[in-house]
Amino acid sequence: MARAFTPKVVTANDLLEGDVIYLTTAGNWTRDLRDAELITDEAEAQLRLLDAQSQPQIAVGAYLADAKAGEQGPEPTHFREDFRRTGPSNYAHGKQEAKLEATADV
Amino acid sequence: MYKYNDFDSAFLAERNRQFRTQVERRIDGALTEDEFKPLRLMNGLYLQLHAYMLRVAIPYGTLNPDQMRALALLAAKWDKGYGHFTTRQNIQYNWPKLKDVPDMLDALAEVNLHAIQTSGNTIRNVTADHFAGAAADEIEDPRPIAELIRQWSTDHPEFQFMGRKFKIAVSGASNDRAVLKAHDLAVKIVKNDDGEIGYQVLVGGGLGRTPMIGKVLNEFVAADDLLPYIESVISVWNQLGRRDNKYKARIKITVHELGLEKIRELTEERFAQVRTTFGGADQALFQDIKRHFAAPEFRTGGTEAFDAAYDSDPVFRAWADTNLAAHKAPGHAIATISIKKHGATPGDATADQMRAMADIAEEFAYGELRISHEQNVILPHVHKNDLPAIHARLKAADLATANIGLISDIIACPGMDYCALATARSIPVAQEIATRFEDLKMEHDIGHLQIKISGCINACGHHHVGHIGILGLDRAGVENYQITLGGDATETAAIGTRTGPGFAYDEIVPAVERIVETYLEQRESAEEEFLQTYRRVGMEPFKAALYPAAEKKVA
Repeated sequence: MARAFTPKVVTANDLLEGDVIYLTTAGNWTRDLRDAELITDEAEAQLRLLDAQSQPQIAVGAYLADAKAGEQGPEPTHFREDFRRTGPSNYAHGKQEAKLEATADV
Repeated sequence: MYKYNDFDSAFLAERNRQFRTQVERRIDGALTEDEFKPLRLMNGLYLQLHAYMLRVAIPYGTLNPDQMRALALLAAKWDKGYGHFTTRQNIQYNWPKLKDVPDMLDALAEVNLHAIQTSGNTIRNVTADHFAGAAADEIEDPRPIAELIRQWSTDHPEFQFMGRKFKIAVSGASNDRAVLKAHDLAVKIVKNDDGEIGYQVLVGGGLGRTPMIGKVLNEFVAADDLLPYIESVISVWNQLGRRDNKYKARIKITVHELGLEKIRELTEERFAQVRTTFGGADQALFQDIKRHFAAPEFRTGGTEAFDAAYDSDPVFRAWADTNLAAHKAPGHAIATISIKKHGATPGDATADQMRAMADIAEEFAYGELRISHEQNVILPHVHKNDLPAIHARLKAADLATANIGLISDIIACPGMDYCALATARSIPVAQEIATRFEDLKMEHDIGHLQIKISGCINACGHHHVGHIGILGLDRAGVENYQITLGGDATETAAIGTRTGPGFAYDEIVPAVERIVETYLEQRESAEEEFLQTYRRVGMEPFKAALYPAAEKKVA
């Protein structure tokens, strides 16, 4: 029996910055996993991945990553994706740095 | 040390110019990622988990102060204020932006540094004993050979697209500090019975998913024959090495499958052809290179200031006892600067720290710095009387940690905090082990104990040859850490043995603690080091401490 499809997000790295990006429902790219489109249909996921791969000027190495619905949007199901949405654990760099800066601005 | 001639400078400038246009063409859409990726990798630019990563070669681990300052400049201007020194004597920048990389490479070229062949299936940065040219146990400085190999292998047309990467290490000392036996090919300077200097060539070592200890392919290659001989070895492998399976492509597998005898025979055949094509140009070049590596004029004079500080200052004494090694010149020492402060990321140095080390090297240490595969920085030539002043400067730069060779002097790869290949984190494990044993105030009592941590099977963290090796894996979506014991990275190289099932992230530090407690119980005296105890008592006591429930079940 084929394995049941688990929800996905389309993710990649940004060509210029190198940081982690996610595809939104509107077809734009976001740096925040919570704003990504959670795709629950397998055929749709493949189409969205093709969309992503047709944007080589923005996205490098696009792939489908497992995710689940959370209160604020998609959440990772695997620790690798958890690190990708956050940043390294030895310094507050990457996305967590951007968040700190945003908090400091308020 | 080696200074670029016009040819070197022009070559590098041309390569950098080409890469600049390649980056432009990628950004404006003329190149696809598939086309661009091999080009960026040839120039040391990876795309990792959170960002690009630029890997810069530090040939045979040798730097002058201006080069170290250039590394600091890259960190401060185009990265996040720090760099990560690696187990291959390279430095990695974790946060460059694609558009900035051509400028970074140009800044490196100004001080004769580059990122060429720090990736891809080429001959990688040649590594060397980090005490080269200074060690008391050395026959000859191996760096001229390393430089000769660097020049010969850089952009060598036959070796740009091999079945897999190829790593070479060199040493001229009796004690192996360059992990020679874990390299695809290694050169050890030796003397024969007639007192002539030649080269022992080892082949087929490597870590990764199939760890192998290197074997002696040739006991004595005559000085004139080294380069044609190495070319023959690589040429034989490049033709025969497997290209159907990247996990079986390294020369260690070729040697294993065909046998050492066959490789030796094929190498000799190839050597007979290749040797005549060199025509002595390599030897002329070698003589020229050698002049660049003449030892400095070592100062003479007593060591009163050192002796006085050693007797009166316990902090200095602790540092001197762990961080100094024997130098070949009277009154001198080799000083290792630990960039493994307890709780810090192994191998990371800030731009300010790099500048401080550059200044110290310039003022006190004959303008020389080294990077070790153990991810520390070395002042290879220091007059002992300058050590109290150096130590004070290191303290001010937060670089005076006295832990070389101790349990907190941990090798750790970037792991899943940065690396796209990683299956688990390594840095926080290293941080927590170092912090734990610092809190226990045990590490000086424990003595010489090397922990090496890799965040995946590729073993950049050399876990197979750690006294205690830790390998981070992904087990059903959870980080899990396997432990090996009894690995050895020296001339008595050995691959560690797995203790048994792995440990969860929050269990790994307590597991290491139990191993250390067992060692302290089992050792015959404080002089018996961990590895000696392990070799004497074997795995059982450690297993019993790690898996008490399982032991009971068997009983």
